[in-house]
Amino acid sequence: MRQSIGDWTRSGSPWVWLNAGAVAISVIMVIGLLILIASRGLGHFWPAAIMEADVRAPDGSRYHMVGEKVEAVTVPAEQVRAAGIDVPAGQETVDRYLMKIGNRDVYGSDFRWVIADHIEQISHPESLIAVERREWGNYYGYLLALKENGQVIAQQGKGENKIWPEFEKRIERALNIHDEIYQIEKHDIGRINYTIERLRLKQRSLELKGKDTAQNLAEIDAERAQLNAEYEVLQAKLADLYVAANRDSFVAMAMNGAETEVSLSKVVRAFQPNMMGLGDKMAFYGAKLWEFMTDEPREANTEGGIFPAIFGTVMMVILMSILVTPFGVVAAVYLREYAKQGFITRMIRIAVNNLAGVPSIVYGVFGLGFFVYFLGGHIDDLFFPEALPAPTFGTPGLMWASLTLALLTVPVVIVATEEGLARIPRSVREGSLALGATKAETLWRVVLPMASPAMMTGVILAVARAAGEVAPLMLVGVVKLAPSLPLDGNYPFIHLDQKFMHLGFHIYDVGFQSPNVEAARPLVYATALLLVVVIALLNLSAIAIRNHLREKYKALEM
Amino acid sequence: MEAQTAMNNTDAQQDTKSHSIDISSMNRGGEELSLEKETVCMQVKNMDLFYGEKQALFGVNMTIPKQRVTAFIGPSGCGKSTLLRSLNRMNDLVDGCQIKGEINLEGQNIYQKGVDVAELRRRVGMVFQKPNPFPKSIYENVAYGLRIQGINNKRILDETVEWALKSAALWDEVKDRLHESALGMSGGQQQRLVIARTIAVKPEVLLLDEPASALDPISTLKIEELIYELKDKFTIAIVTHNMQQAARVSDYTAFMYMGNLIEFGNTDMLFTNPKEKKTEDYITGRYG
Repeated sequence: MRQSIGDWTRSGSPWVWLNAGAVAISVIMVIGLLILIASRGLGHFWPAAIMEADVRAPDGSRYHMVGEKVEAVTVPAEQVRAAGIDVPAGQETVDRYLMKIGNRDVYGSDFRWVIADHIEQISHPESLIAVERREWGNYYGYLLALKENGQVIAQQGKGENKIWPEFEKRIERALNIHDEIYQIEKHDIGRINYTIERLRLKQRSLELKGKDTAQNLAEIDAERAQLNAEYEVLQAKLADLYVAANRDSFVAMAMNGAETEVSLSKVVRAFQPNMMGLGDKMAFYGAKLWEFMTDEPREANTEGGIFPAIFGTVMMVILMSILVTPFGVVAAVYLREYAKQGFITRMIRIAVNNLAGVPSIVYGVFGLGFFVYFLGGHIDDLFFPEALPAPTFGTPGLMWASLTLALLTVPVVIVATEEGLARIPRSVREGSLALGATKAETLWRVVLPMASPAMMTGVILAVARAAGEVAPLMLVGVVKLAPSLPLDGNYPFIHLDQKFMHLGFHIYDVGFQSPNVEAARPLVYATALLLVVVIALLNLSAIAIRNHLREKYKALEM
Repeated sequence: MEAQTAMNNTDAQQDTKSHSIDISSMNRGGEELSLEKETVCMQVKNMDLFYGEKQALFGVNMTIPKQRVTAFIGPSGCGKSTLLRSLNRMNDLVDGCQIKGEINLEGQNIYQKGVDVAELRRRVGMVFQKPNPFPKSIYENVAYGLRIQGINNKRILDETVEWALKSAALWDEVKDRLHESALGMSGGQQQRLVIARTIAVKPEVLLLDEPASALDPISTLKIEELIYELKDKFTIAIVTHNMQQAARVSDYTAFMYMGNLIEFGNTDMLFTNPKEKKTEDYITGRYG
């Protein structure tokens, strides 16, 4: 027996098994993680059936409940008994449901835990409606009446469904008006405000330079007067739109019998999940998912979409790549091609490699101290004195975040590029030199193109690291809610000084800083999934570029 | 299948042989060659070369005559490639390489201070043992040297590329795929492309460092024919392991041994009537 174990060991099979086992465990862990966040996150957008039931409360009283079942857990009976709820003797575990009952304006909170055994007379009436609102969360209940300018124009009894088509039509109208208002407030008025602010800065700058002649000032005043006139027009238009938006309202009855009147301008969408077929539900799901990816957040980030965060993340990573590539490549070329290989070069290499291991928050602190306060402060003094004391670049922003991350990832690019340069066959360099090319020409025309796949490998690793960083960003430019995107139609189009939103920080903010934890939890998973997808897409595009370059500069057999 | 391949191989060898007779008869059919009558192109004077502590060349003295083919032969490690690489200062790239003595090109010492090495290498081009085309198109490979000199005029480039490829006997094979990658060519084509690339900058001297040692017999033959063709326009120095090749293509031959130039002279004389015992031992196959 001992002999055979010895043979088995010598044959190398244990190592094969060990390696295969390690690979299998890694793959299972990664896939498991993805499946977990995908199922938790993506399930959130599915329109669940609304349940109506009678519930026996812990104190023996009974109440009526309408809501969605969000989560089911099994807890030990002891724990429930300790909370003062009566559980029959001999029962070891208790099923508990987390019900989303919505109507935060009516009950104060929109989630409630219910013991499964206490639920009786469950039904799913088709006429129940769910309304997504811009404030106070979802509304669940029965639609009773529609009003126009306070006058009832249509009504129905509980359980009827005849005014639904009219309701949907009016929501459509309200949404169109809302879009128009959004367009005016965000773009037209935003542009005017931006221009007025630039005029103010221009005037201040003229004053500082002592060129505030009457003529210059008159020009600015004329321009400002024109903008103000435009603003007045828009403001009047807005006022009309607001009146129009608030024309309609609906009356509905919640589960405790309270009637609520809600203006249609506050409605995002209304649906009747108990009446939807599979096709309707899938269409609804697609619309919700689309909203999640393309819309702005609402209600302290617990509703709506996360588009600004996706945009901020991608933009920051792209800027970071643009900054880190030349830095890293130039440093690697110097270290490998020009520097005398000796003690100092070796020390620099060790330092570069160690730089990759410095905790990222340290880079954040450095970025804040050096980039933001020192560099940014001096840039403000030199180039933006008109805005002082309000800082322009002397405050955390997109550029400083990108620079900080570029610094964080530059060692990766240096190391990868150096390896690429070392792999270029000597014969090719000699071939170029023998044609009368100088070393610089050889580098520029032959060596660097051939090393470009290795550089891209470095950039891929840098992107993978940078896109997932959160800690340093919190110090140098990321905020929980940015009023506008760092890229828009106002000159100079890219606003490097602006603060921005980031998916990683968004996860932290929604998950741990949110006032409404239950509502936020699925969004945490969904955002995490999206972050993974965004990083994967960024990586895949970098890999595609690298493969293209590899094909182009297919290495010679050495 | 195998039999056929074998037959092809013998064919090729016979082919090579018959040609070799052709070339040598053409080579030295006429008047007797003599170093004294030649114009000097490059001259090596008392050259010692050191790699760090180790001396690789010992007091080499020789001339490379203009528009002739000079071959360097000798056993591995004898310093023939080192000598060749000294002629366009390729050895500068080797760390710790030191040179004493001088090498003159048209009377001017190339190791003098202030010599533009890039300009020297343009005048003294080099082809290496293994084909080393750049990962660019065939056209761009040939145009590379010109672009380095700042020539970007399309007409001049087109003309020079065509001329160089024709001179390298490659034009007919590649004229329809000039803009495809050079890496898709066969080894023999690649080596002729490298030669075309080198002559495109119109150097005065062409250094060939075992240009055919990585190639099959047919490609080798083509390279040898090419050397014969190019002799009229360029001064050629070739390092080869293959004594038959040296005998076939060269006008003058230098035999080197252990870093010393043992014998240098007319190829026919050296192979038929060597003056030195070592040369005789080597060419009769007693060592090497």
